[in-house]
Amino acid sequence: MPLDQTQIGRTYPPTAPYEVGREKIREFAEAIGDPNPAYRDPDVARKFGHPDVIAPPTFPILLTLDASGVALAALGVELRNVLHREQKFEYSRPVVAGDTLVCVVVVEGIRTVAGNDILTTRTDVTDGSGELVVAVWSTLVVREEA
Amino acid sequence: MYEVGTQLPERVFRVTRADLVRYAGASGDFNPIHWSDRVAAEVGLPSVIAHGMLTMALAARAVTDWVGDPGALVAYTAKFTRPVPVPDDENGAELGVSAVVKKVDGDLVTVDLSVVAEGEKVLGAARATLRTR
Repeated sequence: MPLDQTQIGRTYPPTAPYEVGREKIREFAEAIGDPNPAYRDPDVARKFGHPDVIAPPTFPILLTLDASGVALAALGVELRNVLHREQKFEYSRPVVAGDTLVCVVVVEGIRTVAGNDILTTRTDVTDGSGELVVAVWSTLVVREEA
Repeated sequence: MYEVGTQLPERVFRVTRADLVRYAGASGDFNPIHWSDRVAAEVGLPSVIAHGMLTMALAARAVTDWVGDPGALVAYTAKFTRPVPVPDDENGAELGVSAVVKKVDGDLVTVDLSVVAEGEKVLGAARATLRTR
């Protein structure tokens, strides 16, 4: 069954605040095999002008994937039928250890291409003072159940 | 220093099944197409495939290792045009990353990235924009 087009434009309530910890950043950096000291050593990060260690550029996906789970559930989408098609990050600043981040997910688009649904979400990730840290667009291909 | 046409150092990364498990745990992306051959086959994939976001994270290295400060990124975008099958062996999949400076506009530098696995491009329109001051 095609995805419900009436969901286009739907904005989901803000997620519970996520506290970014140094060790989570380190774990993520290890998982992508990236030895950059800016992810591990606060002194190096400060030399670059950041208040603490920063997170790798793709780290926000950890929050936005979780946040967009609500939208996927509302659309009846099962994760196993999802392929990632496109991804975009626009950063106001890097994510920094100590940030308390909140996500707001908007369903930007649903269209059908060759029998599959293409779903685009935009997630705004804001910090404790309400400033935008990064805007994240994810486009997924949702395979029709056979 | 930043000139259009500058080639960034090429990088080669290897991704094994163990890397996918580690990435799944760290990122919270537990889609079974990244760890179960059975589910991958059921949804029409040749085998377990790498997380697109892991490929994108590796591709970013070409740029962030070059500038030093990963916080210099102001935008990063990619299309996942081909899945990257990861064989269940010691070698896994090999990803070759190349990058070239496409545009310099004041303090903004745009870098186009190319990621190749088994001779085929796996990312499309992959592009990072950096602030250089």
